[in-house]
Amino acid sequence: MLSGSLNGKQGEIRHQKGINVSLPLTKMIHSVFLINASGDIFLEKHWKSVVSRSVCDYFFEAQERATEPENVPPVIPTPHHYLISVLRHRIFFVAVIQSEVPPLFVIEFLHRVVDTFQDYFGVCTEAAIKDNVVVVYELLEEMLDNGFPLATESNILKELIKPPTILRTMVNTITGSTNVGEQLPTGQLSVVPWRRTGVKYTNNEAYFDVVEEIDAIIDKSGSTITAEIQGVIDACVKLTGMPDLTLSFMNPRLLDDVSFHPCVRFKRWEAERILSFIPPDGNFRLLSYHVSSQNLVAIPVYVKHNISFREGSFQGHFDLTLWPKQTMGKAVESVLVSSQLPRGVLNTNLSASQGIYTFDPVTKLLSWDVGKINPQKLPSLKGTMSLQAGASKPDENPTINIQFKIQQMAISGLKVNRLDMYGEKYKPFKGIKYMTKAGKFQVRT
Amino acid sequence: MSSSSAFNDDKGGSSSVGEPEYGHDPASGGIFSSDYKRHDDLKEMLDSNKDSSKLEAMKRIVAMIARGKNASDLFPAVVKNVACKNIEVKKLVYVYLVRYAEEQQDLALLSISTFQRGLKDPNQLIRASALRVLSSIRVTIIVPIMMLAIKEAASDMSPYVRKTAAHAIPKLYSLDPEQKDQLIEVIEKLLADKTTLVAGSVVMAFEEVCPERIDLIHKNYRKLCNLLIDVEEWGQVVIINMLTRYARTQFLNPNINESLLEEGGGGEKTFYGSEEDEDDEEEEKEKKSEAAALAKRKPYVMDPDHRLLLRNTKPLLQSRNAAVVMAVAQLYFHLAPKAEVGVIAKALVRLLRSHSEVQYVVLQNVATMTIKRRGMFEPYLKSFYIRSTDPTQIKVLKLEVLTNLANETNISTILREFQTYIKSMDKDFVAATIQAIGRCATNIGEVRDTCLNGLVQLLSNRDELVVAESVVVIKKLLQMQPEKHSDIIKHMAKLTDNIQVPMARASILWLIGEYCEHVPKIAPDVLRKMAKSFTNEEDIVKLQIINLAAKLYLTNSKQTKLLTQYVLNLAKYDQNYDIRDRARFIRQLIVPTEKCGALSKYAKKLFLALKPAPVLESPFKDRDHFQLGSLSHLLNAKAGGYQELPDWPEAAPDPSVRNVEVPEWTKCSSREKRKEKKVEKPFYSDSEGESGPTESADSESDSASGSESGSGSEESGSGSESEESEEGSESEEEEEEEEGEEKDQKKKKNKEIKKPVQESESENSSEEEERKNERKRRQRKNDSESESEEEEDESESESSQSESEDSDSEAEVKKKKVKTAQTKPPPKPAKTDNKKGKKEMSLLDLDDFEPAPSPQVTPVNNFLSNSLVTDLEGLSLSDNVLSPATISPSSATKSYELLHRITGEGLSVEYCFSRQPFSPDANMVAVQIEFTNNTTNDTKNLHMEDVKLQSGMRVKEFPEIELLPAGETTTAVMGIDFCDSTQAANFQLCTHSRKFFVSIQPPVGELMRPVFLTENEFKKEQGQLMGMNEITEKLMLDVKCRNEHAIVQRVITAANLSRVPCGSDKECRFSGRTVTSSSLVLVTVASKEEGTAQLMVNCEKMVIGTMLVKDILLALTQ
Repeated sequence: MLSGSLNGKQGEIRHQKGINVSLPLTKMIHSVFLINASGDIFLEKHWKSVVSRSVCDYFFEAQERATEPENVPPVIPTPHHYLISVLRHRIFFVAVIQSEVPPLFVIEFLHRVVDTFQDYFGVCTEAAIKDNVVVVYELLEEMLDNGFPLATESNILKELIKPPTILRTMVNTITGSTNVGEQLPTGQLSVVPWRRTGVKYTNNEAYFDVVEEIDAIIDKSGSTITAEIQGVIDACVKLTGMPDLTLSFMNPRLLDDVSFHPCVRFKRWEAERILSFIPPDGNFRLLSYHVSSQNLVAIPVYVKHNISFREGSFQGHFDLTLWPKQTMGKAVESVLVSSQLPRGVLNTNLSASQGIYTFDPVTKLLSWDVGKINPQKLPSLKGTMSLQAGASKPDENPTINIQFKIQQMAISGLKVNRLDMYGEKYKPFKGIKYMTKAGKFQVRT
Repeated sequence: MSSSSAFNDDKGGSSSVGEPEYGHDPASGGIFSSDYKRHDDLKEMLDSNKDSSKLEAMKRIVAMIARGKNASDLFPAVVKNVACKNIEVKKLVYVYLVRYAEEQQDLALLSISTFQRGLKDPNQLIRASALRVLSSIRVTIIVPIMMLAIKEAASDMSPYVRKTAAHAIPKLYSLDPEQKDQLIEVIEKLLADKTTLVAGSVVMAFEEVCPERIDLIHKNYRKLCNLLIDVEEWGQVVIINMLTRYARTQFLNPNINESLLEEGGGGEKTFYGSEEDEDDEEEEKEKKSEAAALAKRKPYVMDPDHRLLLRNTKPLLQSRNAAVVMAVAQLYFHLAPKAEVGVIAKALVRLLRSHSEVQYVVLQNVATMTIKRRGMFEPYLKSFYIRSTDPTQIKVLKLEVLTNLANETNISTILREFQTYIKSMDKDFVAATIQAIGRCATNIGEVRDTCLNGLVQLLSNRDELVVAESVVVIKKLLQMQPEKHSDIIKHMAKLTDNIQVPMARASILWLIGEYCEHVPKIAPDVLRKMAKSFTNEEDIVKLQIINLAAKLYLTNSKQTKLLTQYVLNLAKYDQNYDIRDRARFIRQLIVPTEKCGALSKYAKKLFLALKPAPVLESPFKDRDHFQLGSLSHLLNAKAGGYQELPDWPEAAPDPSVRNVEVPEWTKCSSREKRKEKKVEKPFYSDSEGESGPTESADSESDSASGSESGSGSEESGSGSESEESEEGSESEEEEEEEEGEEKDQKKKKNKEIKKPVQESESENSSEEEERKNERKRRQRKNDSESESEEEEDESESESSQSESEDSDSEAEVKKKKVKTAQTKPPPKPAKTDNKKGKKEMSLLDLDDFEPAPSPQVTPVNNFLSNSLVTDLEGLSLSDNVLSPATISPSSATKSYELLHRITGEGLSVEYCFSRQPFSPDANMVAVQIEFTNNTTNDTKNLHMEDVKLQSGMRVKEFPEIELLPAGETTTAVMGIDFCDSTQAANFQLCTHSRKFFVSIQPPVGELMRPVFLTENEFKKEQGQLMGMNEITEKLMLDVKCRNEHAIVQRVITAANLSRVPCGSDKECRFSGRTVTSSSLVLVTVASKEEGTAQLMVNCEKMVIGTMLVKDILLALTQ
């Protein structure tokens, strides 16, 4: 491997020299490399002339310098190229570009690629990509033309290349038929490129999930330093024909900042605060919003904590109690507490009143799967931590990260008023679900 | 060979079932032999007749390519399959070709003919794909072929093919830069394209091939601004970035006169307030022409095109695509007046929720922005608070932003946050925090002491890094104001007893040495202690001890002479040669001996020179000379291909370059054309106000005619009606002189008519009769004055002016004007004849111009009207110019442009919906087409061809027109069954020599025909169309539309409906059926107090209903 990459590097240099200087620099994405966690390039795709994979050596160098994978700089300049990468599902998607291009353009595109893979294969892992390498290649071919994004709407892509299913794979191997769409896509020509024509369902359904996440930082004393609510409305629309939907809220003024799927008519929102749109077929994110921070955010879970280390005793005291608050009678579920304990901690001896706790002595990560909080019997985790003998008392205090879910409640109080459909005759089945989750919810100790 | 074939069989058998294989692992067998074998096997599969085995082979080959394995020796075998029928095989072959064609140029040529054939395919998608692959094959020999294909595709009728052509341009350019000039021609052509599909791609090509040719943008600037919101997201990014650069070269710096602007404050703001368009064209023009000259003296005035750009990009801040948001943000940062930049903060903060890579880029840009415009992000301070789970690179950037945001008011909260960060386990981050504290202390005098104290406490931290960083920062801080902080120096001196970190000890010693004058008593004592422990110190500390000794010797030799000598002696025998060297050097320098006179004189200056305090400044300072959001900005280094963001020009270049030539049409038709444009825009563009200014600018170009001012105000009239009405009656006359707007006049006329209607009918009829007669006369006179339709505007304004001077009867003037403006004199008669039939009006009444039917009357279009009208036409008009568009009920018809005079090379074509039943097929909508031959040659054989329709739609072509002599106008009627949809009918309009691609798109109101219902029937039908089929909207009626008349008239103009009698005068009801499916369309407008009203549309076809509501709403509110 090592020698291979060295040779490659020379190749890269040679290749570079080969380029005629007078040739104009081509813009946009030149090539993409997929690199797995162990540093192997397992897929490469070039849209213009071939760039030697040795260009990735610069990436590997940067990776080595960064202690954590997420600290690899997203943009790495090399003598002749720039590498722009995103890390998702432990895979680095590295785009090679040659000249000036808005970095977010490339980053956003790479994320769109990942989203598409996920959409096609359910997961976006190295194995899934390798198993579907031909589909992946076909997708990449359609998504970029000469390095410039061509078709990124999942609905257009699905018309071009059908997503693999187990059944289709079997049929294909037996009959030799293809997963490339027989018909040429019309979506690209349509005024609503996100929706394909001729959609048919026997059960017409439209489901909307209002999911809100609370991002909060709670300080030592329990007071809120910052708390804000970020929400999304994810939709799963399976409707026949060309339905035109409008979704209205009881209290649209709550929404402070919004971003829309391109299908939403912006003017209508500006004027009436109504979401009016012809939906894409299937799953999509209709809206993401931010609830104004002027509104006080109800913090549903509080933590009483006492984590202390005594000087000289090589022992630490650990005491953590959770209790729900302001949940409007809804249960707080799927509670997961995690905390990165100081390096000096050797091991822990704790007892949990409910749920299971684990401590990894290598990464020093404590995690406690609490489950559902019963307001009558508050969950707690108590005990001692043993410190490395001879080490001094750690001066840093661990931060506690909490995850939880509350069903059937949007913590901001946002309520959908009604959903109307125009343009089609049938009566669709409509469903709205609310959920509140912890986003980046941290308690400092 | 025989053995290898056996192997092949094996291989083939197994792989036909399994997954495609990814290349070949060299470890599993002999590299050389098996590679050849494998390829033989693949070749065999490729040669087979079965598509399935071809496909299998191609899949395996593609998998090899994906893994970066060489598959080039398969080229001949693969290229044979380029014409394969199976689409997937074909596609995979394309993938292979594009990858290897460069290496095997000769063989690649074999495939070219296939693509050339594809370029001629009737299917647009196949044409596009052929062009795409052809242009991706990097073979220099085919450059001419590519060039030809691109040129041809650039004028393809399909926008998708044109888009592909735009994509192909940079490909060809990178292959052969020599083609630049020709390519620029193609780019220029494509830039003029009006479809959103093409816009993004062609601007991309422009940016790659000829970014310096900013002049190509002028003519397309306004169009690009207006299309922007409907362009796909990636194209938006490219266009916005390009327009930023463009604006920097063409407009004046909006912040040029910041103080003045601030003084102007509120007033300025409302004047340039968002939706308000400059209502007075003349004023606007003046401004523009003078702007350059006055920029320095007068308060800055923004070019309306500049404003247009800002306004049209703003909604994109709501895009889900981070790159689009960032592009808009940088545009605002670089182009917007200071007061307006704030809007981008919220959107950028939202992006911080996104993936960490996005955060990384956004934070870099925010950091740069916060230096220039701190206030903008201050409200979002807490969004930059750091979480322990953030990656370090994000933490450091957030810290940077927090530091930039710190000011007197928020510093205490920020410092409290910093205190938490210092306890973090991430030591790089802690070090960055300490530096950040240092910077806060430098910038904000009030907290300097607090920060210093805090930092001093950190000196006792256990972590070396923390201490070292603190000492370094303290050192920097003290350097700024040493005299004030002798106590801190004293405190640090005491710390030497405890602090063991060498770096920190060294730093302290340096400080004491540097400021020994401020701590005269302590310094010698510290030296004494250090001398004692000298031998046990680390090297850097030893060096600083020598340093300290030297400095003390120079300032206070009495007390320290012996100590210094002792230290120097110790150093002389140190193990480290650096220290020995230093000792020798210093001894020579400071201890005066007879040998070295010269230098020692300056010893004090050398050692105790005033050292400049280090400046703690943000690494993001002045980064904004790079265009934000660019790669160059991120790297703070110019990336290849980066286009500099030009400085604002001193004086704005001529703004008229952006005017688009519009031929001297009647205003009427140019307005119609705009309407049509709006209809074409399917999505966001449903608001009218948005597109205002451009269009007004468009119409500016017919400035040659005196009516220019009129057409300008016409725009604003439709844009902001309320304003006009506020102007009150005094200005009315003025307005009349200036305005040529049909609508307005109608309104005014309505006012006029309102009275008679409310009074008794009989009285008014005789009055009206008289008036009408007079009008008729005048109209004839007027018409004969005007020689051609084009000139009518001019004549109109002229005559109207003279008339108003006489001003004996205002009403007459107005009415006459309506006549001339609309140029639809005779049609009305027919209609009104019908309408008023009940009232038994005399024939003279036919000439009535009242566009709205009187209440209680159902307007039903009469087929007979045509002949009647023609008769009248013969009576009143001697010229032949009167367009056939006029032969239809005036209130209902608008004509739309089908073919522009310029694009049609002299042939101009307009169409209107005549609202008459199309006799050959009742399910079709009649479209009346008017051809005008503006050339000097005859046009022959006008006919249509190649009709492209959505499924279900049908067209009855108009009969071929054999000859259209030069300068003549003729009409034809065709029928289109739109299937109750507003999809456009596309076809080619052919003459003997040329073909033009045109499309007809109906407004929803034309998809129906009126039916007569009684009140009871209406109610019954309405009762059955409830729920989803009913759409209700509340609206505020336009001031000029608050009587029944006006409402009826406007509704009927908007849609081909008939009035349903109704008992209440507060309600107007209309009914119709869609042309194709005969679905009932019921409209109710119920007016309420103070101009509010409720609009209800019941229609089985919900899309039609929704669209109709929108149209009627627009008609009633404007």
